[in-house]
Amino acid sequence: MRHTISVLVENKFGVLARIAGLFSARGYNIASLAVSETLEPGTSYMTIVVEAEDEKVLEQVKKQLNKLIDVITVTDFTKKEHVERELILLKINYSAKDKARLDNIINKYVSKIIQHKGDTAILEAIGDQHQIRGLLEDLKPFGIKELVRTGRIAIAY
Amino acid sequence: MTGAQILIECLKREGVEVIFGYPGGQVLPIFDKLYDAGLKFILTRHEQGAAHAADGYARATGKTGVCLATSGPGATNLATGIANAYMDSIPLVAITGQVKSFLIGNDAFQEADITGITRPITKHNYLVKDVKDLARIVREAFYIASSGRPGPVVIDIPSDIQMQDTEFIWPETVDIRSYKPTYYGHPGQIKKAAKLIAQAKKPILYIGGGIITSGASFVLRELAEKIQAPVTWTLMGIGAFPATHKLSLGMLGMHGTGYANHAIMEADIIIAVGARFDDRVTGRIDTFAPGAKVIHIDIDPASISKNIKVDVPIVGDARNIIGELLEQLKKAPDTSEWLKIAEGLKRKYPLKYKDDGKIKPQYVVEQLYEVTKGNAIITTEVGQNQMWAAQWYKYDHPRTFISSGGLGTMGFGFPAAMGAKIGCPDKTVIDIAGDGSIQMNIQELATCVCNKINVKVAILNNGYLGMVRQWQELFYKKRYSQVCITSPDFVKLAESYGAEGIRVAKKEDVRPAIEKALAIDNTVFIDFSVEPEENVYPMVPAGEAINRMIEGLA
Ligand SMILES: Cc1ncc(C[n+]2csc(CCOP(=O)(O)OP(=O)(O)O)c2C)c(N)n1
Repeated sequence: MRHTISVLVENKFGVLARIAGLFSARGYNIASLAVSETLEPGTSYMTIVVEAEDEKVLEQVKKQLNKLIDVITVTDFTKKEHVERELILLKINYSAKDKARLDNIINKYVSKIIQHKGDTAILEAIGDQHQIRGLLEDLKPFGIKELVRTGRIAIAY
Repeated sequence: MTGAQILIECLKREGVEVIFGYPGGQVLPIFDKLYDAGLKFILTRHEQGAAHAADGYARATGKTGVCLATSGPGATNLATGIANAYMDSIPLVAITGQVKSFLIGNDAFQEADITGITRPITKHNYLVKDVKDLARIVREAFYIASSGRPGPVVIDIPSDIQMQDTEFIWPETVDIRSYKPTYYGHPGQIKKAAKLIAQAKKPILYIGGGIITSGASFVLRELAEKIQAPVTWTLMGIGAFPATHKLSLGMLGMHGTGYANHAIMEADIIIAVGARFDDRVTGRIDTFAPGAKVIHIDIDPASISKNIKVDVPIVGDARNIIGELLEQLKKAPDTSEWLKIAEGLKRKYPLKYKDDGKIKPQYVVEQLYEVTKGNAIITTEVGQNQMWAAQWYKYDHPRTFISSGGLGTMGFGFPAAMGAKIGCPDKTVIDIAGDGSIQMNIQELATCVCNKINVKVAILNNGYLGMVRQWQELFYKKRYSQVCITSPDFVKLAESYGAEGIRVAKKEDVRPAIEKALAIDNTVFIDFSVEPEENVYPMVPAGEAINRMIEGLA
């Protein structure tokens, strides 16, 4: 099961390594990681998506995270009402004759064409994991040449 | 002041009395200022010895141990000692030199990313990037190392920072917003625990190193006597409750006593304090204490419900919580039947060995107890020697048994004994050692002699890496692969360092040799030629239920 956890930390060097180390020491792969400063200078927010079969081990990881000196709070979104979003940028094949079909798809989502040049268009899209998956599915026929994603961020009510 | 001066000033204000360490290029500014700082410095012969000595000092005194090493190889040599302190929650501050700030990350000569290397084996660590932060960092390091669940903290200081000048400002207080250990237990949970205990028929106290750390021995004893519950302990908990007390059940676990292992399986309530249900203690987890409700008191929330399901978790300091519990306990349970059962188990499953004409290691340990009347600090190496030291010497006071529990580090006992002796100069300090382990940090003989540190080393010389041989005997069809270990002539070796040596080849010489060694005002190696293939019993095979013990032949 995938878990989304966010960690509020002091913004110091080495903190990310400590946090990542807690997961890697248990053989957990971090599926996505997004880090940025918060409103308060000196602190950062990390949103971590992790694949974990064993709930007990995950519980342990959360407790261990809490123990780290530079960790201020740990939030597990799994059982919390929350919103998740991710931003993706992608390059797809583009030709003018497909424009209407493409616009149709794009309008279904929070997305737009940022630029097109020759036979390539760059799109951006924002959404939760279902929306992103849907968009990627819909765009497949056009041929996706390249894709980058920010990783998930989340906020609770 | 320069960084080096600030460091030394901070150490003094933290009450540091002794530093164990080894010099090198990247700590020269610190060593220069140490020259006339008036701090006691013990020059070990290996940085690992320095870390273990600081650890032993901390365990014996309850104060924070300090070690110091240069960058690169000096710092990496500390790593085992740091990991050892981490696993046993020992307050330690390790100071390392680092290459000059602007060279960091360049593969400079003797550079090692020591904050990276020690990240998983420290409670916290620092790389000092600005001399203005140094005083605050040292203050924080000592606070973090010794508060909450204690542990080692590394401070890595580039040599240019040691030389830079800044104004010295002593931070009066430490405030780390993200670090606020919980010292008082939740009143509701304590009430619940008291209620549960009052109804208990077969309560048992299972205690660990946390009792010693929090100084809770006295209140623990009060609790045990009030509720008339038998007490069993982990290796780290040895000494937290008097072994000679009638409620004592001895050590639990893989090489625990048969009666403790049987008793805990029958208990209806386990009151676990400052112990973490290590696999060496629980045996096969799904079979452990099936009928028991568990109250778990620990300062580290991550220790609770990690290995077994807990019914009443209480996070906080053991001494406070036991104190609260004592107040809440209106009525003590009636455990007279249970104590009779426990007595029966003691009679049925006593610790035993076959005492024939040969020198049995258990006999040596018993004699050490007899001669010292239990008044020594015992350190141990790792292996059979450690288990026999745990089983056959009786410890009535905290901080008298010093052993590497979590990491199981061979080579720990001798330097730890050195540190303990420096911390407690009036005490007799004896390292109970194996012939294998003692060779891992034997170079510290020079440190002992040079600094007149009078410790005794009782080598249970069986010619084998005994504990490994025991496993090969029992589980690998006696295929003794690489466990037969040769040793130097320990007597001559000790003498060559300026220490003394005594060889004991006959049983009747055991006691006189110990008496003689204790009378000598110098470090003494006593080389006991013990039965080569003696085993530690009882033994719970790894992965077995804890009451399924191999009893041995005796
Ligand atoms: C540094 C280190 N290396 C290896 C081990 C694995 N090990 C555990 S016990 C043991 C044998 C110890 O032999 P010795 O010191 O002679 O003690 P004995 O068991 O014979 O009392 C070994 C090799 C260890 N615990 N620590």
